[in-house]
Amino acid sequence: MSDKQPPKQIDRRYIFLVLLIGVTIPLIFPLGFKSEVSGLSKQVYKLVEETPANSTVIISFDYDPATVTELQPMAKALIEHAWRKNQKILALALWPQGVQMAEQAFADIIKKYPDKKYGIDYVNLGYKTGGIVTIQAMGRDFKEIFPTDLKGTPYDEIEILKNVRNYNQIGYIMSLSAGDPGLKQYVMAAHDMFKVKVSGGTTAVSTPGFMPYINDQHQLYGLLGGLKGAAEYESLIGVKGTATSGMDAQSIAHILIIIFIIMGNIRAYKMRKL
Amino acid sequence: MKRFLPLLITFIVGFIVISSEFIPHKPFNSINAGLENWFMIISGFAIILGQLSLIKVNSSKIINKTQNWQYYLAGMVSFFVMVLCGVLWGTQDAPGLLGNGTLVSSWLGVKPFEYLFNNIYQHLSSTMFALLAFFIASAAYRAFIMRSFESNLLMIAAVIVMLGRTSIGTSFTAWLPQGWRFLHLPNIADFIVSFPTNAAQRAIMISAALGIVGSSLRILLGIERSYLGGGE
Amino acid sequence: MNKYIILVLVSLAGLLYSVGSAAEFKASDRPSDDGKAVDLTWKLPSGYAAVQIERKDSAGVWVNIASPLESESFFSDNDSIEPDNKYEYRLIASSISKGDSLVLLADAIPVAQWFDFRKLPLLIMLLVLSLAVIYYILSARSGKELFIRRINGLESMDEAVGRATEKGKPILFVPGIGDLDDIQTIAALTILSQLAFKAATYNADLIVPVCRSMVLSTAREIVKEAYLKAGRPDAFREGCVFYLTDDQFGYVAGIDGIMLREKPAANFFLGTFYAEALILAETGFGTGAMQTAGTAQPHQLPFFVVSCDYTLIGEELFAASAYLSKEPNQLGSLKGQDFGKFIIVLLILAGSVMEIAGYHWLKNMFMLE
Repeated sequence: MSDKQPPKQIDRRYIFLVLLIGVTIPLIFPLGFKSEVSGLSKQVYKLVEETPANSTVIISFDYDPATVTELQPMAKALIEHAWRKNQKILALALWPQGVQMAEQAFADIIKKYPDKKYGIDYVNLGYKTGGIVTIQAMGRDFKEIFPTDLKGTPYDEIEILKNVRNYNQIGYIMSLSAGDPGLKQYVMAAHDMFKVKVSGGTTAVSTPGFMPYINDQHQLYGLLGGLKGAAEYESLIGVKGTATSGMDAQSIAHILIIIFIIMGNIRAYKMRKL
Repeated sequence: MKRFLPLLITFIVGFIVISSEFIPHKPFNSINAGLENWFMIISGFAIILGQLSLIKVNSSKIINKTQNWQYYLAGMVSFFVMVLCGVLWGTQDAPGLLGNGTLVSSWLGVKPFEYLFNNIYQHLSSTMFALLAFFIASAAYRAFIMRSFESNLLMIAAVIVMLGRTSIGTSFTAWLPQGWRFLHLPNIADFIVSFPTNAAQRAIMISAALGIVGSSLRILLGIERSYLGGGE
Repeated sequence: MNKYIILVLVSLAGLLYSVGSAAEFKASDRPSDDGKAVDLTWKLPSGYAAVQIERKDSAGVWVNIASPLESESFFSDNDSIEPDNKYEYRLIASSISKGDSLVLLADAIPVAQWFDFRKLPLLIMLLVLSLAVIYYILSARSGKELFIRRINGLESMDEAVGRATEKGKPILFVPGIGDLDDIQTIAALTILSQLAFKAATYNADLIVPVCRSMVLSTAREIVKEAYLKAGRPDAFREGCVFYLTDDQFGYVAGIDGIMLREKPAANFFLGTFYAEALILAETGFGTGAMQTAGTAQPHQLPFFVVSCDYTLIGEELFAASAYLSKEPNQLGSLKGQDFGKFIIVLLILAGSVMEIAGYHWLKNMFMLE
């Protein structure tokens, strides 16, 4: 009879502790892992890069605080890139909490670009319910959907909106989307009906669902997928933002999980031997 | 009659809603939107029911000083504080009973409801979401064990996708020449996620959709009645 | 003679050229809609591009409604269109090279249709499925034996109730975060009815925290009826079904607290779940409870499979009421669903082969646009 004891299962609190340390260290001391930029992120970059200066563009904040880790870095990177190209940004939201996400993103980036003025270089039109119906209605008349901006200023008194009537005056739409309504509705309505260029970002889990839209008809001009997509975009614009430091942490976390899997298999093998 | 009337209403309304999907003419084109509005109105009133249940359950635990009654008290206090902040000083776009709370807002920077939302609720919500990362690690340690062909396949796919989605994993196969780029880890990871995973998910969605059709037909035809409150 | 032939040929060529290069502007009612859209198409001679489309308003004033791109030849006007009214359109096209412009007129009366023919294939599929379900229900009623494979997750209910009774611990039932309009929630409540009956029969406690107020009242009624049916109305506690919060993560935090405090013997997670699925399942695993989960959300199923003892995958959740009751009516509907699956498999195979072969009519038949 064997005296060997079966190997004990590791208390999962140790797993949590190791993961906590593994994720925290790269956030405090960035490791600087280089991220290869995918073709999809390059397409998004190209769209912004090739849109002429003084074009008016839309960034739609279709997410809530739960997905802020993945989508907020994308928002900040896109705002910074658009402002570098002197593009004018219309921010709006199809999710109620998207409005606050937009406010926070602009508040962070405007510190780097203090010359950008609200009402001239950007405006926050606020939240509108209705999903695809709202997107379709915007194709006819923006003013009907957003009679005022978030602060209550009438449409006609906002400098940036003076020559904007509908999608015909919009260079591209970026939808940062955590679900419904979001990027899919912009593809179906704004692109398919009104032929405006659409691109954007989603959470990593939703990214495969949007792959069919990246096709010859350019239903989507590329896609930023999850934290990796956000980190890739930051590297394209030469910024070390929260996504880049987050990718270090994500890389370590994934490696740790693979190590735990190996440890679990070793334990299972020893159990079988006994 | 107690059973027959709800079943009859279910059948008639169900039939009308299905028909409205195929008939664009008035009044069918506005039936779905109308019914959704009715549902939202009823839900709005039903919220009061939920809040009363919440208050009743928590109050009885506080009054009876059951174990950990302090936490139930904290829960009730939080509930009433948020409600009062919203009612008295309003939210971002809407004023409250005491107006827009300019004095309080000047001190806090934003309205009290926004302050509590941004500085407490948002962080609590993100914290609960962040627990997923830890639980995924412990679940992976326990579950990805090589027992059979299928579990081996699962484990290998999981490892490839995890590596392919990180900077480190990308560097493992970055040296591959152009003609062999299909073996680049991120490309294999994308392939696994876009094709076999997607196919399996779609199969589940199709069968679930058929399950919904079967379930809905049973409800419409009155065969399934448990939603009325159990019993025959 | 040759001169005449040449003259005729040149005239014909001229005629063809002028026909080929004739400007065309058509307004037509969009088919299969509610009469609130007019489709405009145009064909312009070479060198011309459409710059403006205008519509005459009720005061007789031409109002600009679109500025199409040079490559476009279609526009759908659905701005404030009402059926059975005549709408007049004017297309203005200009030619920079010729320094000339064209004005073309068209009108249409949009009409609401009584049937959306684009959805005819969907209607046929729906009728085939429904008839299959009805056929098998009637077949089952006539006494025909129908084989349904074993669903372990549903068979585990007896084991769960037995375990709870032995240990003197409650059973936790979570009906998901969907509202009553979500069919997954209704399927979950169907199972709750059966579980509550068993719990009442074997004197096990039941805890049912809910996320929506409408689900609260329905679940309470279901559990109360189940206790009544089991002959144990005195054992029913109204407080066993209670509301927590509408917020997703607040709800899961509340349930985690219940699991850690009450340490239920068995957990049932049935219904609509999103990101909170793994949080619930892992916390429950940590307390040592027997766990059964079921959802039709494909993204969350892997998390349940990993952390729970039994998982109802997709349609197994909807089959529960039929499976548990073993009524012929309900079992027949399951067979009808299987027939529907068979049809879909055939369509997928046929569609894949035809697409590879270059025939797109089968795929196009099911496209709505």
